[in-house]
Amino acid sequence: MQQLAGQITYQDWDLEKARELASEFADRTGGVMIALHKIQETFGYVDDTAMAMLGKVFNLSRAEVHGVTSFYHDFRRHKPGKYTVKVCQAEACQAMGSYQLTEKIKSFLGTDFHGTSEDGNFSLEAVYCLGNCACSPNIMIDQQTYGRVTIEGFKALADSLVKEAV
Amino acid sequence: MTRIFIPRETTAGSLGAELLVKAIETEAKYRNLDVEIVRNGSRGACWLEPLVEVETAKGRVGYGPVTSEDVADLFDNDFLNGGKHANSLGNVEELDWFKNQQRLTFARCGIIESTNVAEYKSLGGFVGLKNALATDQDGIIQEVLDSGLRGRGGAAFPTGIKWRTVADCEADQKYIVCNADEGDSGTFSDRLIMEGDPLSLVEGMTIAGLAVGATEGYIYLRSEYPLTRIILEDAIANAETAGYLGKDIQGSGKDFTLEVFMGAGAYICGEETSLLESLEGKRGQIRFKPPLPAIEGLYGKPTVVNNVISLASVPVILEKGGKHYAEYGQGRSLGTMPFQLGGNIKKGGLVEVGFGLTLRQLIENFGEGTATGKPVRAIQVGGPLGAYFPESLMDTPLDYEEFAKAGGMLGHGGVVVFDDSVNMAKQARFSMEFCSVESCGKCTPCRIGSVRGMEVIDRIVAAESAEERESEHIVLKDLCDTMESASLCAMGGLTPIPVMSAVKHFPADFNL
Repeated sequence: MQQLAGQITYQDWDLEKARELASEFADRTGGVMIALHKIQETFGYVDDTAMAMLGKVFNLSRAEVHGVTSFYHDFRRHKPGKYTVKVCQAEACQAMGSYQLTEKIKSFLGTDFHGTSEDGNFSLEAVYCLGNCACSPNIMIDQQTYGRVTIEGFKALADSLVKEAV
Repeated sequence: MTRIFIPRETTAGSLGAELLVKAIETEAKYRNLDVEIVRNGSRGACWLEPLVEVETAKGRVGYGPVTSEDVADLFDNDFLNGGKHANSLGNVEELDWFKNQQRLTFARCGIIESTNVAEYKSLGGFVGLKNALATDQDGIIQEVLDSGLRGRGGAAFPTGIKWRTVADCEADQKYIVCNADEGDSGTFSDRLIMEGDPLSLVEGMTIAGLAVGATEGYIYLRSEYPLTRIILEDAIANAETAGYLGKDIQGSGKDFTLEVFMGAGAYICGEETSLLESLEGKRGQIRFKPPLPAIEGLYGKPTVVNNVISLASVPVILEKGGKHYAEYGQGRSLGTMPFQLGGNIKKGGLVEVGFGLTLRQLIENFGEGTATGKPVRAIQVGGPLGAYFPESLMDTPLDYEEFAKAGGMLGHGGVVVFDDSVNMAKQARFSMEFCSVESCGKCTPCRIGSVRGMEVIDRIVAAESAEERESEHIVLKDLCDTMESASLCAMGGLTPIPVMSAVKHFPADFNL
C-alpha cells in the first residue's frame, strides 16, 4: 500500500534529468502540468532553464511555458527549505483563530509567507483550504495535513522534524 | 483474528491515525494477539476521528476519538471484545448523529475497506453499472432525469439535461471530466467520498460514459489532497483488475478508461472552463460561454463536467431507480445533499440528509453549537462566494430555491460557523482579498474590482464622518453591482454576495 512521502529530499538541479522526466509525459493530456509537478517533486522547484527545455518537449513557446508555470500557486522557481509549511488562511480556519496561529508561526520561524527560515529548514506558504474544515485550524507540512493545530503543537512538531532531518 | 477498522483518510490522519495504526500493531504483537487492521474511510463524524471500530460478536463497536496514547488502555479494557472504555461509543450507527441522517450517496462510506471491490459489491456496488449496461443511453439518462439530480458542485444545473446535451452531439470523441477541485472553504464531501468510497465515483463516471458515449474520463483533483490521489489510483487499478474499467467492461463490448489529473493550487480551476484549460496543460483562465463545455469542452469535444458528488450519486440512482432518489428532498431540490459542518462547530463533519432541513436544525441538532461554546453570530453557507447569514436567518430551509430567496446560495453544501468574536468587516475584506489572489485575470471587474473592493472597505471602516462613510458605501455598492453584472464567471460575479450580505446583516461592524 503506497503511503504519503515522508521527508522529501530534493536532488540538485539537473537539466538533463529534468528533460528525461518531462519527455515521459510528452503525449499525455495536459502533459506540461504533469511534467512541472514531476520536476518540482524531484528538485523542489522549477529552474528557469526548464522553460526553454519544456517548450521543446511540448512544442510550446518559452513564454507559454512561463505562463503556465507562473499561473499556478504550487510551482516554485527557487529551491525551498527542507520542509514546506502551508498554513490555511480560508474562512473555516479563520473561525478557529488561524490568523493568530499564522502570526505566531511566522514569528517562530522568523519568516513571512513565501520565505524560508534562516536555518533553511522551513519554507512558509499560505494555502486556501485543506478540506479538513471540521478540525480547524489546519496546516500542511509537505504532504501531511495536521488538524486542530496550536502554536505549542506546531513548535513540538517542528522540533521533531528538525531532529529527523539531521 | 479480530478485524479493527482505522480510517486511512485525511481528517483521521491529521489527528494521528497513522501513529495509532503502528501503536495498535505493536501492542497486539507484544500481547500476542491476532488482529487485522482494515483501512476504511471516515464515516464523516470528524469530531470522533480517529474513530476506531472493532468487529465483535456483538457487532461493530466504536471508540473515539482515540490517540496512540490510549492504546495500552484499550487493550487492558479488552476492546477487542467490545470492552468498556472512556471513549466507548457502542455501535456508532446507533448514535443520533448518524441515525438522523439519510445516507444514499455516502451509504458505504466508512463501512467498507475503501478500495476493496468485493466489499464494495457486498453493499450494492456495481449494481447500478449492471443496470446501466442492461439498458440503453436513453434509459440511463431517463433514470437520472427522474431522480431530479442537480449539479452538486454549486450551480445546481440538472445533471440529466447536461448528459442529454452531450449524448445528442455527434463527435468522434467525447469525455467525462470529474471536477474534484474542491476549493471552497468549509467543504470536504468530495474528499470524504473519494477517500472513503472511491469506487462509487469510478462507477458513476463509467455510467456517465455509457450514457453519453464517452470512452475517456479524467478526475481533476486539487493538489491539496495528496492522500486522496493515492486512494483514487488504488481504486482505479482495482476496478480495472476486476473488469469494471478499461476495455470491454464486464463483457459488454463497451470501453471506459479513467485517469487522475493533479491541479496545482488554483481556486479558479474549480470553474469548469478554467478546469478544462488546465487539463489541456494551459493557464487556468476561463473561457467565454457559449459554447458550453457540453458541446465544445476538452479539446473542443463534447464533454460532461460534473462534480464528484453528482457523479458518486449516480450509482445509487441506477441501483434503486431515479424515483426512489427523488422521494427524498422537497420542491425542486430533490434527493439528498451531503452538508458539511465546519469552522467553529462542536460536532463538525458530514451530514447527508434530504433537502428541507433548516440551517438551525443542522447547526444545533447535529453540530451542537460552537466549539468555543460562545453564541453563533454568523454562518457562511456555500463557500467563499456564499452569503453570510445572521442568527435570525437560521430557520431558512436548506433548499436551493429557499436559500436563493433569502439572498444566499447552497453551493456545494459547506456550512462555516463563526462565534461572536468575528468581525464581519474583516470577513468582507477577506472575500475581496481572496478574489484578488485567485482571480484568473481574464476580466477586469474581477481582477481590478477585487483590489478596489479591499480599498473601499478599508476606507469605510476608517472613515471619520458619517458622510464620508456613506459616500464610500455607495462606491462599494456600485462596485459590487459592476462585478456582479460584468464579470465573466462566478468568481467575480458572486464575490459581492458575501461582501454585501455582511454589510446588510452586520452594518455595525462597518460603523454603518
